[in-house]
Amino acid sequence: MANKAYQRVYTQLEAITKATVSLHAKGVANDELAVVEGRLGQVVKTKGDTVTLQVFSGTEGIPTNAEVAFLGNPPTIKVSEQLSGRFFNAYGQPIDGGPEIEGEERQIGGPSVNPYKRRQPSELIPTGIAGIDLNNTIVSGQKIPFFADPDQPYNQVMADVALRADVDKIILGGMGLSNDDYLFFKNAFESAGALDKIISFVNTTEEPPVERLLIPDMALTAAEYFAVDKNEKVLVLLTDMTLYADALSIVSNRMDQIPSKDSMPGSLYSDLAKIYEKAVQLPTKGSITIIAVTTLNDGDITHAIPDNTGYITEGQLFLRADPDSGKVIIDPFRSLSRLKQLVQGKKTREDHSQVMNAGVRLYADAQNAKTKLENGFDLSDYDHRCLEYAKEYATKLLSIDVNININEMLDTAWELFSKYFSKAETGIKQNMIDKYWKDK
Amino acid sequence: MKSTGKVIGIVSNLVTVETNGPVSENEICYINLDGTLLMAEVIKVTGKNASVQVFESTRGLKNGDDVIFEDKMLEATLGPGLLSSVYDGLQNNLTTMEGVFLKRGEYTDPLDHKKLWDYVPLAKPGDKVEASDWLGEVKEGWLPHKIMVPFSFKGEYTVKSVTKAGQYNIDETIAVLTDKDGEDVDVTMTQKWPVKVAIKCYREKPRPNKIMETGVRVIDTLNPIAEGGTGFIPGPFGCGKTVLQHSIAKQGDADVIVMAACGERANEVVEIFTEFPELIDPHTGRHLMDRTTIICNTSNMPVAAREASVYTAMTICEYYRAMGLKCLLLADSTSRWAQALREMSNRMEELPGADAFPVDLSAIISNFYSRAGMVVLNNGKTGAITFIGTVSPAGGNLKEPVTESTKKAARCFYGLEQNRADQKRYPAVSPIESYSKYLEYPEIQKYLAETVEADWIEKVNKAKNIIRLGKEAEEQINILGDDGVPMSYHETYWKSELLDFVFLQQDAFDAIDSLCPIKRQKYMLDLILEINDKKFEFDNFEKCRDYFKNMINILRQMNYTEFESENFNNYKEQLTKLLEENGK
Repeated sequence: MANKAYQRVYTQLEAITKATVSLHAKGVANDELAVVEGRLGQVVKTKGDTVTLQVFSGTEGIPTNAEVAFLGNPPTIKVSEQLSGRFFNAYGQPIDGGPEIEGEERQIGGPSVNPYKRRQPSELIPTGIAGIDLNNTIVSGQKIPFFADPDQPYNQVMADVALRADVDKIILGGMGLSNDDYLFFKNAFESAGALDKIISFVNTTEEPPVERLLIPDMALTAAEYFAVDKNEKVLVLLTDMTLYADALSIVSNRMDQIPSKDSMPGSLYSDLAKIYEKAVQLPTKGSITIIAVTTLNDGDITHAIPDNTGYITEGQLFLRADPDSGKVIIDPFRSLSRLKQLVQGKKTREDHSQVMNAGVRLYADAQNAKTKLENGFDLSDYDHRCLEYAKEYATKLLSIDVNININEMLDTAWELFSKYFSKAETGIKQNMIDKYWKDK
Repeated sequence: MKSTGKVIGIVSNLVTVETNGPVSENEICYINLDGTLLMAEVIKVTGKNASVQVFESTRGLKNGDDVIFEDKMLEATLGPGLLSSVYDGLQNNLTTMEGVFLKRGEYTDPLDHKKLWDYVPLAKPGDKVEASDWLGEVKEGWLPHKIMVPFSFKGEYTVKSVTKAGQYNIDETIAVLTDKDGEDVDVTMTQKWPVKVAIKCYREKPRPNKIMETGVRVIDTLNPIAEGGTGFIPGPFGCGKTVLQHSIAKQGDADVIVMAACGERANEVVEIFTEFPELIDPHTGRHLMDRTTIICNTSNMPVAAREASVYTAMTICEYYRAMGLKCLLLADSTSRWAQALREMSNRMEELPGADAFPVDLSAIISNFYSRAGMVVLNNGKTGAITFIGTVSPAGGNLKEPVTESTKKAARCFYGLEQNRADQKRYPAVSPIESYSKYLEYPEIQKYLAETVEADWIEKVNKAKNIIRLGKEAEEQINILGDDGVPMSYHETYWKSELLDFVFLQQDAFDAIDSLCPIKRQKYMLDLILEINDKKFEFDNFEKCRDYFKNMINILRQMNYTEFESENFNNYKEQLTKLLEENGK
């Protein structure tokens, strides 16, 4: 951070906690940045002459006579086409050895879109994964997280989704990424030859947790530049939002705020909503779609983080290991895309929603059969067919390693229906059966 | 002389102001941030320091910035033109704002001052009038919009003159009143009212004595809500709270609908903007948007304005109620409002109650619910506000402060069940846990007996019992196995499934099934109860299952076809044949 002409410098700290420092200072603005002994901090509280700064990289080793210089503005990012293909840290500084970005300087975490100016999302974002495209279709302008236990390959799935999606820009916001995962993303993007449309903001586990708080706003301010100014279709990937929320709770704890459920700050809902609601379909062609990751503790979705997330996002994609097929699948029962009906049968083939519902219903029947089996009851012929169907349905459609287009997914489903069931058992509308039923 | 002050402390949107004059609780002030005025509300005063919650982002605010107090509370602007408007929580008109992004400190006028209204006087010179009495009328869309003596007027006034019928804008004088001291006051079509104060210009507030039809079977038949009643819909995410509320908004039998989107998803509000102008009100055949006002403070908009949004919505309803109209207020979701209270209470470092909510949460909620109700106006006519709020309980657990506090305040409870939602049994309203206290009101019992059928409530209770018996049978079957229970268990179970699939479940996206008038509800319930009373013979449980599945299919087709049409009667005949095969 270069020194600026107008900056005020102070050298007497009044209080230091693990994440904050306090000092006497005048004329300081809320949200303003400051450099504390070479580290970046932000004003979070003023009381009379006392100003409290949240120091992003932590306060280890900061002395009471530390030099504090106020910078006169909140966190900013320079936006221009030069962002494409680059990797940045939480402060928006390049970490790929490339040159500094030139462009317009914008404050991050800016205002919201007027809800009246939004448009209803209506463009399909195909991913090749049937668990998404067939059962939980994603639409541009949507916000949807993966709910996954830490042992699930959520980052890999997200990279696949990003690289297959037909979008103009992909912006990765990595929070608390392990170094291995960071390199995985880097390699995946490079080897796909798609680097020129990808921008990454990364905070790894090697860096201080509080820095993570800047990542979503950095990524989304860049996204707004491309979506609003350039009318582009932007996909933002945020991983892992659970670690972001953990950082929020650290700061609120250091500021002596009273915690609410699961020791999360009382403002968690608003904090998360501010990020996710940046997803938007604009009246111009531009849009921001957010796909996030929320890691769960042993599948517990009642914890404050996934719970608040679920109330904000437009559905969730639930990853789990399926022992019957030996694959990681997108759970058809616990996953949901709230916007799917805006495109199913409208932007996709007419039989889409009928096939989807029948497929999931028969899979549910298989789960009932499985319960019967586990409880030692006799299985009927129908139960046996359901179980066989479920295994193949999981392998050919639910598994995350599927990569086919939506018509192929529909055809695959029809094949499975005719292989295991009678027309009546599928419960599909007669006119669709007449048109699409595949005789064995 | 207005009081002024200077900012001396900032934590997020809670700002402490040192004042140099008198300030009052809930007074509005403006903070000057380099020429941009940020609106704020006083929420606590200690000595000469006032804590104010700012309705905007406080980024860039400095200690020492100037504050001007307005000597008034947060007010709603009332007058013709409220309907079909889209406002934010502070009643700024969102449709007239420029640019894609909301600009800080941009406040737009709620009403159009240029538009001319066809005015007809109702009062005449010499009439004695008091607050809320009707002076004249304009047509707002198709609704008779009464121009009233402003609610803030105290005591009796004499009408000195009334403006003759003609076209006027809202700022022109339409009547001159003389107070008891002989002072003349001009009255226009518009007035202001502080949103946090209930409008009590009515003669009395009797107990509700009518049902408000929603067209949703599981509400109207099983647990009806009264006109002027209160209800709430708690449910975990993904259970269909918003879809159910939108259904009620589309079909509710009311003159005016105010929807408060309070801290929820922006795309859901966009859905209302996109769909409502296309939809037709089933009761009047007019555009739904003509009778609807939307108050929209989505989750990413400033938190303090979220709290204001529900009050603004209620005030607009009270205004229309004073015209003798039936209003329906829908708030989605009141939990977000409670969370806004929690955030402020937390920043003020108040001692917290359960789950860190403020200790007076319960009192605030019941106070708000009590503003709904049916009233008898001073002129003997009646008006009503029916209020239905949704609650988003953390983790789907109903034992949390917002749900518990709301349960004490609201008379109807429509609990949404995760389990039913997982099985796509929509609306996922629990048939067993949900209740309507109104069914116990003698007034309502009398109304149902007169308008539907003498023994209607008995039938409703019988239907509820079928569900309970079915649930018990299902549990036994699950424990003992399909072959381990007598055949009668399967029959009981499938009879309750029949009621569930045909009556409780309703397709909110189907043009016909989504709206089921009470007459049709009665027809279907009678049919189901008739089937329920029959005894059937089956060789094995699979035959029983197939037989009932077949019957469910026929009855569902009836739901999807126009009532008593040829197709409908054909399905009815199919059903009769099927019943002749087996039932006795």
